[in-house]
Amino acid sequence: MTIQARGFDWIPLALVPALALVMLPLVGSPSSWLTLTVAGLAMGLIIFVIASGLTLVFGLMDVLNFGHGLFIALGAFVATTVLGTMSDWTGSASLWRNLAAVLPAMLVAMAVAGAVGLAFERFIVRPVYGQHLKQILITMGGMIIGEELIKVVWGPQQIALPLPEAMRGSVLLGEAAIEKYRLFVVVVGLLVFGALAWTLNRTKIGLLIRAGVQDREMVEALGYRIRRLFVAVFAMGSALAGLGGVLWGLYQQMVLPQMGAQVNVLIFIVIIIGGLGSTTGALVGALLVGLMANYTGFLAPKVALFSNIALMAAILLWRPQGVYPVSNR
Amino acid sequence: MSSASPTGVAAGTSQLLELRGVHTHIGAYHILHGVDLQVPRGQVTMLLGRNGAGKTTTLRTIMGLWQASQGSLHFEGHDITRLHTPQIAAMNIAYVPETMGIFADLTVQENMLLAARSAKRASQMDAARLQWIFGLFPAVETFWHHPAGKLSGGQKQMLAVARAIVEPRDLLIVDEPSKGLAPSIVNNMIDAFAQLKESGVSILLVEQNIRFAQRLGDTVAVMDNGRVVHAGAMQVLADDTALQRNLLGLAL
Repeated sequence: MTIQARGFDWIPLALVPALALVMLPLVGSPSSWLTLTVAGLAMGLIIFVIASGLTLVFGLMDVLNFGHGLFIALGAFVATTVLGTMSDWTGSASLWRNLAAVLPAMLVAMAVAGAVGLAFERFIVRPVYGQHLKQILITMGGMIIGEELIKVVWGPQQIALPLPEAMRGSVLLGEAAIEKYRLFVVVVGLLVFGALAWTLNRTKIGLLIRAGVQDREMVEALGYRIRRLFVAVFAMGSALAGLGGVLWGLYQQMVLPQMGAQVNVLIFIVIIIGGLGSTTGALVGALLVGLMANYTGFLAPKVALFSNIALMAAILLWRPQGVYPVSNR
Repeated sequence: MSSASPTGVAAGTSQLLELRGVHTHIGAYHILHGVDLQVPRGQVTMLLGRNGAGKTTTLRTIMGLWQASQGSLHFEGHDITRLHTPQIAAMNIAYVPETMGIFADLTVQENMLLAARSAKRASQMDAARLQWIFGLFPAVETFWHHPAGKLSGGQKQMLAVARAIVEPRDLLIVDEPSKGLAPSIVNNMIDAFAQLKESGVSILLVEQNIRFAQRLGDTVAVMDNGRVVHAGAMQVLADDTALQRNLLGLAL
């Protein structure tokens, strides 16, 4: 993520409001449009939370991790367990008591997903550094095994993950009904983006990550152990996928062992649109995909899935390396 | 090897870096065929040779970017043959690759901060040392907050060397420091290396520019076909045009 006073390329970022504005006359009613836009932004931010780690994992070590979806499902299932034990708090009408249940659920989900991510990196990814085909096969295999293990622990059926009491329902903004939970998701997503941006742009670790994405050999020649950094990024990315899983599970109000695999395609579309290795690109890609999914879901449900592929194709025709290509690659 | 150890230096004791019979393979290609090279402490060593002689491969093997398949490398008496690149760099060796290794998306300041291992923030970099570096390479100061990718080739080369010396190092290894530099900047560069040498840094340079090599070098090693074919004092090579023709195919 290279946010700089000088020379920042605003065009891709401007695509997000541009897409929203183009859709306004197509949707017609401003209130429906506002509802869809907020839903799209919320969905986009969840996808960003999930995809941000994946793009850095690829950028730093050229690792294609098709098992990333596992951490999504894992985080969501952990949340069902944690929230299940806190029904007094989730059932309370007080937003603060709800948050006091949801926040620990998120933290535990992140911790578990992060820890499993560490093991995943050590035993599944490390033996296949530098071998893309093997990475794709073995990480997909890892995800399948992970899914089965989730079924062993939580059972094969879907589990309800009800929203806490105070996050249900909508607020009215003019004539538009905005679901409260979507606003909550937007806040959480922006906080995660802010924290990531701060870490990447204001800390030495972040500087090392940004440099490593561009030229890991040179970072090593400057005396830093990039593998150690990569392990940390992998664990953090897994933890964020776990957090995204909690957000997504609550959004759908239910969790499935296959939910990770379902989102997998979407997050790869996002990081390809964004430019592999670029966090800002992942944000732009995620918001575009989230908005597009909601607008087309409303306007032409039959082409909803196709629309994201079309979006990716259009963007790659314009910028073949993604909207924010990372230099030196 | 056609010549003995450099003048005034007792072999073995004051060698900072020593390569013994180093072979390096890159994929199916056998590039280095038993390189013997000594870099004496406190001197400027020039590594010369035609294109494809194995100079860059030698530097990359020293840094652990390619592994030696045979032979050994010693730095300050420690065997570094099997060490990884970050461990080798952490022994206080700075390396500027032929490609310069500039991080184009980062600012000049961030490039410098990366190399300053002891500093967590820009404000923690040694200000006096930075002033000295700015004196040597004014472009680094001028473009301090600009993305390094926007610099010209010569400016990038200056940044690459400036970055390598942002903290004191024992050995500075630079692959073709004069490449693509305007003559006036070459003088700055020579000045910088001379000052560094005075401060006690040992320097190993790969050079194509013979005048540059002659002005700076104390000792010289000439490579051909993946071996060091001549080693000795720079002065001896500089005075012997027949030897130059023989080794390099040209006269100084």
